[in-house]
Amino acid sequence: MEDCLAKKMEITVSEAEKRTGRNAMNMQETYTAYLIETRAVESQSEGQCAPVDSLWRRYSEFELLRNYLSVTYPHIVVPPLPEKRADFVWHKLSADNMDPDFVERRRIGLENFLLRVASHPVLCQDKIFYSFLTQEGGWKEMVNETGFQLKADSRLKALNATFRVKNPDKRFTELKHYSDELQSVISHLLRVRARVADRLYGVYKVHGNYGRVFSEWSAIEKEMGDGLQSAGHHMDVYAASIDDILEEEEHYADQLKEYLFYAEALRAVCRKHELMQYDLEMAAQDLTSKKQQCEELATGTVRTFSLKGMTSKLFGQETPEQREAKLKVLEEQIQEGEEQLKSKNLEGRDFVKSAWADIERFKEQKNHDLKEALISYAVMQISMCKKGIQVWTNAKECFSKM
Amino acid sequence: DTSLSEVNSFSPSMPISPSSMINQYKFEDEPELRDLFITVDDPESHITAIETFITYRVVTKTSRGEFDSSEYEVRRRYQDFLWLKSKLEEAHPTLIIPPLPEKFIMKGMVERFSDEFIETRRKALHKFLNRIADHPTLTFNEDFKIFLTAQAWELSSHKKQGPGLLSRMGQTVRAVASSVRGGVKNRPEMFTEMNNYMETFSQKINVLDKIAHRIYKEEREYFNEMKEYGPIHTLWSASEEDIADSLKGVACCIDKCCKATEKRMAGLSENLLPILHEYVLYSEILMGVLKRRDQIQGELDSKVDALANKKTEKDLFSEEIGKLEDKVECANNALKADWDRWKQNMQCDMRSTFTNVAENNLRYYEE
Repeated sequence: MEDCLAKKMEITVSEAEKRTGRNAMNMQETYTAYLIETRAVESQSEGQCAPVDSLWRRYSEFELLRNYLSVTYPHIVVPPLPEKRADFVWHKLSADNMDPDFVERRRIGLENFLLRVASHPVLCQDKIFYSFLTQEGGWKEMVNETGFQLKADSRLKALNATFRVKNPDKRFTELKHYSDELQSVISHLLRVRARVADRLYGVYKVHGNYGRVFSEWSAIEKEMGDGLQSAGHHMDVYAASIDDILEEEEHYADQLKEYLFYAEALRAVCRKHELMQYDLEMAAQDLTSKKQQCEELATGTVRTFSLKGMTSKLFGQETPEQREAKLKVLEEQIQEGEEQLKSKNLEGRDFVKSAWADIERFKEQKNHDLKEALISYAVMQISMCKKGIQVWTNAKECFSKM
Repeated sequence: DTSLSEVNSFSPSMPISPSSMINQYKFEDEPELRDLFITVDDPESHITAIETFITYRVVTKTSRGEFDSSEYEVRRRYQDFLWLKSKLEEAHPTLIIPPLPEKFIMKGMVERFSDEFIETRRKALHKFLNRIADHPTLTFNEDFKIFLTAQAWELSSHKKQGPGLLSRMGQTVRAVASSVRGGVKNRPEMFTEMNNYMETFSQKINVLDKIAHRIYKEEREYFNEMKEYGPIHTLWSASEEDIADSLKGVACCIDKCCKATEKRMAGLSENLLPILHEYVLYSEILMGVLKRRDQIQGELDSKVDALANKKTEKDLFSEEIGKLEDKVECANNALKADWDRWKQNMQCDMRSTFTNVAENNLRYYEE
């Protein structure tokens, strides 16, 4: 197991704070800043705990980091950030970015992101990442200096490639389908889960009304009074219990959301492959046509219709010197082209190899994480039922004493 | 048995203590000593030129001597039940006659002859007759017997006898009028308490009825959403290899939860909702009974005022009224005790259902 940063360093996003400042257009804005704390893990030195380093970052800086990583390592499935805006909200949850619950969940998500990057065998070695964690000032400038924005592929180019590519690696095509399916099924699941949570909330809360009425009713009853009163209390407990239960479920939803966004990262890798493959195919095509031109020029035969050919037939052919010059140029171009093609081929093959290695790593991680998430969900449900059993057993006792 | 018939007849010498009545009533309640078993089932639709209506089969099994046979099977329609109820009210104005299901439900917009409506009504009618059978006084009512045993044509001819609808309405109108007139002067403390109790109780039971319906509605919505939740996991498992089994397992569990929720809802609609509804109606009935009692007392009071000198008549009246009052007390207390026990059992059953559902959930999830 490679030595990754996560093993050498403890990383936490420990706090969140509301700040106000001026933005690019010199208007006042409110945003949240997150405190990143890092501490070197000493190998069992006596009592001495390394000092904690800390700095503040805001969400937009995390975004910048991630963009940098995606462009610089296109063959890696880069971990996603927690959502920018609250989605899949059910009625009790707030969609407000400043809502403390949302901020808290985002804090956890950001910490998770950093840990994922730090435990990735390739990403953890990146210097920009390291300085993100350790260097307070001037980090933004450093990132921009790498010029990574220039390396980014244009969206249009990528779309074009996706449609026009002829021979992409089959595995990537399958992977693309898989990520589409994953995305669609997880978003559907999250939507329905939100609705289910809403309804469940309703069922529990209406039971709270029982508490009030029972209490009022017990005032006029003699023998039934005590039983009613205590049963009412249990109904109130029941109604209140749903809040904690659903808060826990939000964490489960967040785990699923991470993989929803991971699907996008997978797609990005597939797109890169398609782009490279398309590039390759275009280069090969270009080379073939140049070779053909060469041949025509050399043998004097016109195999394919060309305007040049027509004009030269009409207006007289070129001089042999002109032909000679053209041939030379073409031959140079062909040689260049062949070298380029060779290197592009190599690039492509390397890309496929390393991408696929990371994809395998990702698959294992995904299976492991999702299985654990499902298990924890089941455990949550069990605990919810146990609580329900307790409440209703108590209520039953009270009722039987009426 | 003989002691019970003494209660019915007018005996001036023996004051009947409410507590002894209760004991006898409780005794009667033991199922092993029941001698009258009634079921209401098999609704059938009848179409004539004028109207369409439903009849229900009423089967009676009994070991009582006053019944000529030990088994009877007749068909009755809702109108017949209405007739029976009004006859009972006429004969025993201060006893608590059990409620009948309403003519039709407004808010539910349930069609008159929908299966659900007919079934709910059938169950309520069944309850109605059995409550009468369990009542120490009402069970021996003559009209009740005829209702259970007479053939259709016999019943029609019997119905035509007796005071008309208008006179009965008049009685209730007079009762309401007299209570509006500013309450009764000499109402015993007990009945004022009962009145106050009933007012609050009626309020609370109505609210409970609404809450229970609301819970049912929320559970139904929850169930609808859950139905969609399970299959998504199955769909997902189709794209996966390693975690396909776990996903299918979750889908399975969710479906089981759905079934459990269905059971829970059924438990509510079979137990809690009908009982709460019955007691909503009961609270109206009880208010009516209390008003009638007040009216009778009002009559007594006015007679007492008017005939202050004729001692014997007054005594006669007093005793008669006193008997009635006692009877009302007894009926009230007996019913109250019975009702508390009923309520308690009913709620216990319902809660057991809930607990069972929760336990089922647990078992399913643990799989």
